[in-house]
Amino acid sequence: SNLSLQIRFILLQNRQGKTRLAKYYVPLEESEKHKVEYEVHRLVVNRDSKFTNFVEFRTHKVIYRRYAGLFFSLCVDITDNELAYLECIHLFVEILDHFFSNVCELDLVFNFHKVYLILDEFILAGELQETSKRAIIERMSELEKLE
Amino acid sequence: MASSNSLMDSLFQRSLEDLIKGLRLGESTFISRSLEEIRREIKLTDLSTKSVALQKLSYLAALHGVDMTWAAFHAVEVVSSSRFAHKRIGYHAIAQSFSDQTPVMLLITNQLRKDLNSSNEHEVSLALECLARIGTDDLARDLTSEVFTLLGSSKALVRKKAIGVVLRVFDKYPDAVKVCFKRLVENLESSDPQLLSAVVGVFCELTAKDPRSYLPLAPEFYKILVDSRNNWVLIKVLKIFAKLASIEPRLAKKVADPVCEHMRKQNVGKSLLFECIRTVFSSLSNQEVALKLAVVKIREFLMDDDPNLKYLGLHALSIVAPKHLWAVLENKEAVVKAMSDEDPNVKLEALHLLMAMVNEDNVTEISRILMNYALKSDPLFCNEIIGSILVACSRDSYEIIVDFDWYVSLLGEMARVPHCQRGKEIEHQLIDIGTRVKDAKLELVRVSRALLIDPALLGNQFLHPILSAAAWASGEYVEFSKSPYEIAEALLQPRTCLLPDSIRAIYIYSAFKVLVFSLGAYFSSQEPTSSPLAQESTSSGPSMVNGFTYNSISSLVNMIELGLCSLSGTIDVEVQERAKNVLGFIGMIKHEIAEKATSQNSETEAHRAIAFMEDVFSEELGPVSSTAQEKVPLPEGLDLNENLEGLQEICREVLEPMAESDYSSDKVSFSVAKLRIRDQEEASSSLPPPLESSSLLAEHRKRHGLYYLSSQKSDDHNDRDGNDNNTSNEYPPANEISVDSFKPKKKISKPRPVVVKLDEGDEPKRKPDASSSNDESLSRAIQTALMGKGKGKEKEKEKERVKENHEMNVDTENIEQSSRREKKNKKNGERSGKRSSRRQRGKEASVTKPVEVPDLLL
Repeated sequence: SNLSLQIRFILLQNRQGKTRLAKYYVPLEESEKHKVEYEVHRLVVNRDSKFTNFVEFRTHKVIYRRYAGLFFSLCVDITDNELAYLECIHLFVEILDHFFSNVCELDLVFNFHKVYLILDEFILAGELQETSKRAIIERMSELEKLE
Repeated sequence: MASSNSLMDSLFQRSLEDLIKGLRLGESTFISRSLEEIRREIKLTDLSTKSVALQKLSYLAALHGVDMTWAAFHAVEVVSSSRFAHKRIGYHAIAQSFSDQTPVMLLITNQLRKDLNSSNEHEVSLALECLARIGTDDLARDLTSEVFTLLGSSKALVRKKAIGVVLRVFDKYPDAVKVCFKRLVENLESSDPQLLSAVVGVFCELTAKDPRSYLPLAPEFYKILVDSRNNWVLIKVLKIFAKLASIEPRLAKKVADPVCEHMRKQNVGKSLLFECIRTVFSSLSNQEVALKLAVVKIREFLMDDDPNLKYLGLHALSIVAPKHLWAVLENKEAVVKAMSDEDPNVKLEALHLLMAMVNEDNVTEISRILMNYALKSDPLFCNEIIGSILVACSRDSYEIIVDFDWYVSLLGEMARVPHCQRGKEIEHQLIDIGTRVKDAKLELVRVSRALLIDPALLGNQFLHPILSAAAWASGEYVEFSKSPYEIAEALLQPRTCLLPDSIRAIYIYSAFKVLVFSLGAYFSSQEPTSSPLAQESTSSGPSMVNGFTYNSISSLVNMIELGLCSLSGTIDVEVQERAKNVLGFIGMIKHEIAEKATSQNSETEAHRAIAFMEDVFSEELGPVSSTAQEKVPLPEGLDLNENLEGLQEICREVLEPMAESDYSSDKVSFSVAKLRIRDQEEASSSLPPPLESSSLLAEHRKRHGLYYLSSQKSDDHNDRDGNDNNTSNEYPPANEISVDSFKPKKKISKPRPVVVKLDEGDEPKRKPDASSSNDESLSRAIQTALMGKGKGKEKEKEKERVKENHEMNVDTENIEQSSRREKKNKKNGERSGKRSSRRQRGKEASVTKPVEVPDLLL
C-alpha cells in the first residue's frame, strides 16, 4: 500500500514482553508481527523513566508510556507529533480506567474484546477519529445495550 | 451420532472466559487442545456456537500467534447473522485476518453492501471499520457509491467513519474521487470538531503525497486554521500548510500571522505549540517575525526539565539549522549540555546539532572535544561521534578541511580509539586523501607507518581495513618514507597472519613496491658506496633516501625473501601468487646486487628489470569518478544488447538474476566467481549437470573474453588495486582528473593544499523514485474534480458569503499543463517514510506555470 498511515500499530505489553493487546493497521505476516512485538518490547523495557518517551523504530517512531506494569506503544510516522500521540495514549488509558475502574492488566486480559471495541472507536484505519472521552463512553454504552 | 455430538458441543462449549482462564494455567498444549475444540465448534450450524468459537480463535490469533486464516469462510457465515453481537465478532475476525490473498474475499462484498445500507448506524459502523481495514481494489470499487451516500449521512458518527474510510478507498480505487471528493470538501465546513478532525486528517494524508493538487483548497484550510479551537484539528491543518507553503511561497506569508497568534496564546497546549514551531522552522522560515518568535519559544522547550520537551527542542533546532544557524548558535550551551545527557536519543540530537555548527575555523576544536567524548562513551555513541566527524569532514571533497596534516593524523587517532568500528570509512578516506591531496602524502605515510609497526593493532579485526589502507599508502608513496626497511619489516611481520588473506595480499604487494623503490635507489646511485649512507634523511622532500649501501640493500632483500618464503605455500591463491611473484623477482636480480658493488655496469639485466618495474609503478593513481564507466565510448560496430542477450541464453541455467547483485544496473558486470559457486551448488541438485554448463561457459569465455572481468574483487577495490592486471587494453583509461585551483585564505599561515575534484562530482547518481501510476491517476482525478468544483462554487459563494477577494480562479489549462509537466519531472519529494526523502523535500522541482492560488492569499 502506498498509504503512509499515521498509526501503524498499537501494542500493550507487560514487563515480561507478553502482549496483552495488538492491533495492526498495516498488513503483516504472523512471523513479522512476532518480530515487531519482540523488538518493540526490547526497545522500551530497558529505557529509564527519565528518558524521552519516543524511540526510533526501523524507519518509524514508537511513542510509548508505561502505566503500572503495562507498556502502551504506538508506532507512528517519523514526522508525527510526539506530544499529541502521548496525549492520545493517555486518553486511551483514561477511558480504560473509566470502564474497568482502576484498570489492571487482568481486566484487559479477560475483556480483550471490549478493549478492542473501545480501540475501534478511537482509531479508524490508523487515523485518530475521536478525541472526546465523553463521546467514546457514550458510544460504548450504546453498544453495550445492543449485545 | 453426529447431531447429539453437536448438541453436546453447543451446550458445553467453552466460553472465551474459560479459554482465557485455561490459558493462564498452562499454555501450548492447552492451545492445541482448544484449537481442536474450536475447529469442531466452528463448523456447527448454530450461529451462537460458531461465533463464540470464532471469538476464541480471534483471541488466540491476536495474542498467541495462532493462524486463523483457515476460518475465513466461517467468519463470513458469522457476519451474515442478524444479531449484532455475532456481526461484531464476525467483522472483528475479518478485519483481523483477511488480506488481499484471502480467497473468500469476494463473498463479503454483498454483506458489506447490505450492512452499509442498514438503517442501524451501528451495523453501518461495523461495516465501515471493516472496510477501512481490509479494503481491496474490488471492494473499494464496488462500494464507492455506498461510501458516497454515507458521506452525506445525517448521523455524524456515520459520516465521520465514512470519512475515515475514504482515504483507503481513494488509494485503492482512484476513480472514487470523482464521486466522493465533493462531499469530502463539503465536510470541511462542518462545525463538528470530530468530523472536522477526520476530514482534515484525510487531507493531511492526501496533501503529504501530492500537495499541488490540493492547493486550491487553501482558503478552506485557512479558515480552519484561524477559527478552530481544537488542538488535534489545528495540528493537522498545520501539517497541511507545511506542505502547501513549501511549494507556494506566497502562502507562507499569509499563514504566518495565524500561526504566530497560536504561539502567543497563554495556555497553548505544548503539542500545538511544538507543531507551530515545527511548521515555522520547516516551511515558514523566511517569515522573520514568525521565525524569531519560534526561536524564542523553542528556547523554553530546551530549558524545560521534561526530557521530552528538551529532546523535541533539540530536534526542532536541527530542522532549522541548515538555513538559520544563528538559532542553534544562540543555544550552544544547551546543546553542549545535552551531549552529556544520559538518554541516548538526546545525545544523538545534540551531536547532530554540534556537527551542524562545524565550519572551517572551528573544525579542529570541535573535533578535539568530540574525540574526548568518544573516548568516554559507550561503543554505540562513540561510533556515532566518529561517524559524524568523518561525514562532516569529507563532505564536498573535504571542503571544510584546511589543514590536511592535522586531519590525516586525526584519522590515525581514530584508529586508536578502543571502540572504533568505522574502519571501512576511515580506510576509504585515507586512500582518497592520498590520491587527491598531493601535499598530504608525507603525513599520510607518517601516520601509516605508525599504524603498521604496531603489532597490537593487528589483533583488532575492526582495524583491519585501516591497516589495509595504511599498507597501501606506505607502498604507493614509499618515496616519502624515512625508512623503507622499517616499512617492509612491518609489512611482513609474523603477526600479519592475523589479517584476512585479501589484506595480506595488499601487504605483500606494498612490500614489493618498497623493494622496487629501494632497488631503484640503490642501482641508480652513482657514487661508490664506501661509507654507509644515512638511511634517515633530514630533508622533507620526496626523495628521502639518498642511497642504500650494499649491506642495507642486501639485508632488505634478505628480510623480504625470508618473510615471503613461508607464505609461498599458503592455501590462499592470491597470497601465494604474490609471494611467489616477489620471490621470483628477487631471484632474478639478487645475484646482481653484489655485482653492482664492484662494477659500474648499468646495463645489466637486473638494472633493466628494476627500471621497468619502477616505470610500472610510476604512474600517479588518481580518484575515479563514479560515472567514469558510463563515459567509456563504445567501440564502432559494437552492439551491446544483442550480444548480451545471447549470453543470457547460454547462461540462464547457471547465472543468478542480475538484479540480486549489488552492482548498479548501469554497469554490466560479470563475476566469474559467482558462476563457479553456482556451479558447485547445481552439482548437488537435480538441475542439468554442471560439467555441461561450465564447459559451455569456458567456450563462451573464449569467444567473448572481453566482457569478463579478470579480477574477482568487487568494483570498489579497483581504485586501490589499480595495478591489477586489466586485460582491457582496448578501452580508453577510466581515470579522469580535473584539478581545481584553490586560492589560499588570508589569515592561515599554511595555504590549503590542492584537492583534486572530479567534474561530475563523486556521489553515485541517486535514482529518482519510481512514480506509481496510481498516484498519478489520483492526482489527475482530484484536479479534475477541483476544476469542476471551482466553477460551480463561484456562483454559490457570491450568493452566500460576502468576503473580500474570494474568487477561485482556477485555471483549467494551467492545471492540466502542470499536471502533464509533473509527470515528466516527477519530484523526489514524495513521502516514502524514509529519512532521505525528508532532505529532498526542500528541493522540489518547481513547475514553470504554477497552479493559480486563490486571491485571498495574495
